[in-house]
Amino acid sequence: MATKKFMYLNRRSSFGTVYAIESLEVVLIAAAFEQDVSLAFMDDGVYQIVEGQNTDGIGMKNFSKTFHALGDYDINKLYVSKESLEERGLSESDLMPLVYEDEDDDWAEKSSIKVVTNDELKAIMSEQDVCLSF
Amino acid sequence: MAQICGAEVDEEGFLVDLKDWNEDICKQMAADDEVELTDEHWGVINFLREYFEEYQIAPAVRVLTKAIAKKMGKDKGNSKYLYSLFPYGPGKQGCRFAGLPKPTGCI
Amino acid sequence: MLHTVNKSSFERNSLQSCLNTIDDTSVILLIEDGVISAANNSKSSMIADLAAAGRVFALQGDVEARGISSKLADNIKLVDYAGFVDLVVEHGTAVSWV
Repeated sequence: MATKKFMYLNRRSSFGTVYAIESLEVVLIAAAFEQDVSLAFMDDGVYQIVEGQNTDGIGMKNFSKTFHALGDYDINKLYVSKESLEERGLSESDLMPLVYEDEDDDWAEKSSIKVVTNDELKAIMSEQDVCLSF
Repeated sequence: MAQICGAEVDEEGFLVDLKDWNEDICKQMAADDEVELTDEHWGVINFLREYFEEYQIAPAVRVLTKAIAKKMGKDKGNSKYLYSLFPYGPGKQGCRFAGLPKPTGCI
Repeated sequence: MLHTVNKSSFERNSLQSCLNTIDDTSVILLIEDGVISAANNSKSSMIADLAAAGRVFALQGDVEARGISSKLADNIKLVDYAGFVDLVVEHGTAVSWV
């Protein structure tokens, strides 16, 4: 099977609608097919990976924990819109420390998160074979 | 709906509510599959339960194999060893015994 | 009156519509994704005056779920579910800006 570049655009926060968890499910399923997968977080989607989410009070599954497993699924390109963060008074330090182990660098732990401007994101998106927006 | 030791299971035998899990249910599932549980099985079952607690998902077999290799060594983190313990698949059968949902992406 | 808003103001205009029509005695309770408007961000000015007057509430469970407890704008009052009920009782008619 030829490898294609897949990008998943996450544009909504985690619990108000079903988009965020559905996107994550599709990402995990797609990971089994060994494609080149990247994720982008923009608009309210940046809230999906904010540190310190606690769902005890709303009785929903805290799937923010699942993002920490993405590195093991070889998904290590998480692009976050700088503009979307700034509009929301957030910065990279407010995000969960999501990491992967680099096979080509003696399994060194590296950050999967890359904050990018909308212009940079535009360029990354134009390289993709498939973009799926959630 | 079918039950095991009073706990509801789905049509494929996975627990509907993972909070229902206990060792007796696990033993009963194993007995139904004609698997005799050893310490080695429990090692993997406990690993799966800890993995779920941490990440809220049942890992894909590829990920499970890698993670077990990392934690318990390469002699255990390989498909041959894991399939010898769980002939129907460490993902499908192992997760079922551990009370987890079917791994995402597992067919 | 009690107005509940459950959408993020980055995504929908429900909070703005609510603000356009709210009277001087009403209060706003932000729930679900509406609590995103309770965070200190570029939309905070929308409700700053109302919050300063003690008329903006946010549901605690929803705030915690979204990891924004430590990032709230000034003067937002947190309530739990029992507090939600108290607001309903106190303010009579409730409007849900769904």
